[in-house]
Amino acid sequence: MLHDRDRIFTNLYGQHDWRLKGALARGVWDRTKDIIHKGRSWIINEVKESNLRGRGGAGFPTGLKWSFMPPDEKRDGRPHYLVVNADESEPGTCKDRDILRYDPHRLIEGCLIAGFAMGANTAYIYVRGEFYNEASHLQIAIDEAYEAGLIGRNACGSGWDFDVYLHRGAGAYICGEETALLESLEGKKGMPRLKPPFPAACGLYGCPTTINNVETIAVTPEIVKRGGAWFASLGRPNNTGTKIFCISGHVNRPCNVEEELGIPMKELIERYAGGVRGGWDNLKAVIPGGSSTPILPKSICDTVLMDFDSLREARSGLGTAGLIVMDKSTDVIEAIARLAHFYKHESCGQCTPCREGTGWMWRVLTRMVRGEAEVEEIDRLLDVANQIEGHTICALGDGAAWPVQGLIRHFRDEIEARILSAGRSKAA
Amino acid sequence: MSQREPAPEALQPESFTFSEAGAKRAQQIIARYPKGRQQSAVIPLLDLAQRECGGWLPRAAMDHVAELLSMPPIRVYEVGTFYTMFNLKPVGKHLIQVCRTTPCWLRGADELTATCRKKLGIELGETTADGQFTLVEVECLGACVNAPMIQVNDDYYEDLTPELMERLIDDLAAGRDVSIGSQAGRRGSEPEGGPITLQEVPDPPVVKTLDFDKPAEAPAEAAEKA
Repeated sequence: MLHDRDRIFTNLYGQHDWRLKGALARGVWDRTKDIIHKGRSWIINEVKESNLRGRGGAGFPTGLKWSFMPPDEKRDGRPHYLVVNADESEPGTCKDRDILRYDPHRLIEGCLIAGFAMGANTAYIYVRGEFYNEASHLQIAIDEAYEAGLIGRNACGSGWDFDVYLHRGAGAYICGEETALLESLEGKKGMPRLKPPFPAACGLYGCPTTINNVETIAVTPEIVKRGGAWFASLGRPNNTGTKIFCISGHVNRPCNVEEELGIPMKELIERYAGGVRGGWDNLKAVIPGGSSTPILPKSICDTVLMDFDSLREARSGLGTAGLIVMDKSTDVIEAIARLAHFYKHESCGQCTPCREGTGWMWRVLTRMVRGEAEVEEIDRLLDVANQIEGHTICALGDGAAWPVQGLIRHFRDEIEARILSAGRSKAA
Repeated sequence: MSQREPAPEALQPESFTFSEAGAKRAQQIIARYPKGRQQSAVIPLLDLAQRECGGWLPRAAMDHVAELLSMPPIRVYEVGTFYTMFNLKPVGKHLIQVCRTTPCWLRGADELTATCRKKLGIELGETTADGQFTLVEVECLGACVNAPMIQVNDDYYEDLTPELMERLIDDLAAGRDVSIGSQAGRRGSEPEGGPITLQEVPDPPVVKTLDFDKPAEAPAEAAEKA
């Protein structure tokens, strides 16, 4: 079990003062100036050494991502931008919300350190519009940081000028996709851009930009202060460090908790969330990392570890580490049909396979919930899901296809049984 | 995609301009973005306009924002109709948004919706005759460990049951003060009964990297650049 001294988010539940005074007492803004004086490449190397992988879902190595930003000798006069993705909208995920409302200074300090490491003088933090009260906390913290000289001109006395701006969205899951977020930040519909060019070359306003998740940025000050080796010593190789897990659904005590990557799923649920409602044997399935990651049946949940590589081997993913737990009373077909409705609602409409396919999958799944389908349609549904996956500009198409593929992979017999029994009762 | 239609002509006001305070606020918002990039302010300004219009966004407000930001009106309509937090039709004083996505559904979101329909006597998308309440279902609001939950205007109400939902509606209707967040008395996202981690504050971590030094390369790098 992770010791409290190795936890980064020491105010995860809002037990303590979230404002500047409380943050200082927890070690936030401690020696930030000295860290900056170590230089860009020192910071990036420390983050590389930590093996930190992005906390927003894709798990891309953070240090490597930062190193794509043009180095000092290759700057061409365009400003660099850091954009923080706080558009947390993946069903099952509510971790960034706690950072925004209870530890906003940790995020702002992270913006300064990460921003400096990538040569950016400006950060925009894009918060989902529904998080009104969370955004208010963040704005208060930003104002406090300006007032105290921690950001702004000569931030922390480091010689580096750094501005942080809050930008609220207005309700669109798609804006969590990094290029859709940039479009939205530029005042347009949130429709993803084709890549290349990648944001590090041509991002916000056509300038070099790096987009990172809230949790990724918020852990970097601790990494550079305690050392990449410290972070790398937690978790498992290639899956290092701590992570905030969100445990929702049919558990006795749903909660967020920070633990090491690689903790067994069963231990995570039983130790922190009070176990599955009715006991572990009453478990039916878990969606392990937010709605886009394929559902896993109990047989896999018994032993799977909660990290990027283990869940990938189980043909699912860590995603955002939002576990949606379902006990035996759950109608899994409807659980996935609900997600299909979500993706239908959130598709931006730009790519035909996603715009048309998400609605089609939802309609078929809705019939399957009632058993009003033919057994052959299961394969047709799988075929359509496969045709959406990989054939759209952004990953929302994949994210919409994976839950359906996971359902058919593990619960085909249940769909068949539903169809057959509905057919029988109709015949009778 | 979500299907969204504007309000009928009869409901559209002829004109809209920001109040004096709103206009000042609008300029502060525009100043967050680089010169010539004022279009970035379109979402925040539409939000501001919606607040000044009583919770919905008439076409005249979008036209005003377009003028203020030197944008073609169609570009503003695109944004106003794309983002689901912009209400294109009038809504009640309390906009009840029940989260319907799987994590909330697993813990009783449908019962909350049923409770609201029965209690308010309206269907989804409708407003009560007295203009107090509008009821809609929305997709994941990102408070999944506090499911089921709803949003009313700017505020989240979490850990709800049908009984707590009824009481909340009564309190809102009577104009009583209501506490936001968990209605079951939980603090944030901690487990019911209190967390088993973080019971004491650990001492602030020691900054280790700066003291037993690996050779730092170019420590003056930052200062030179500034």
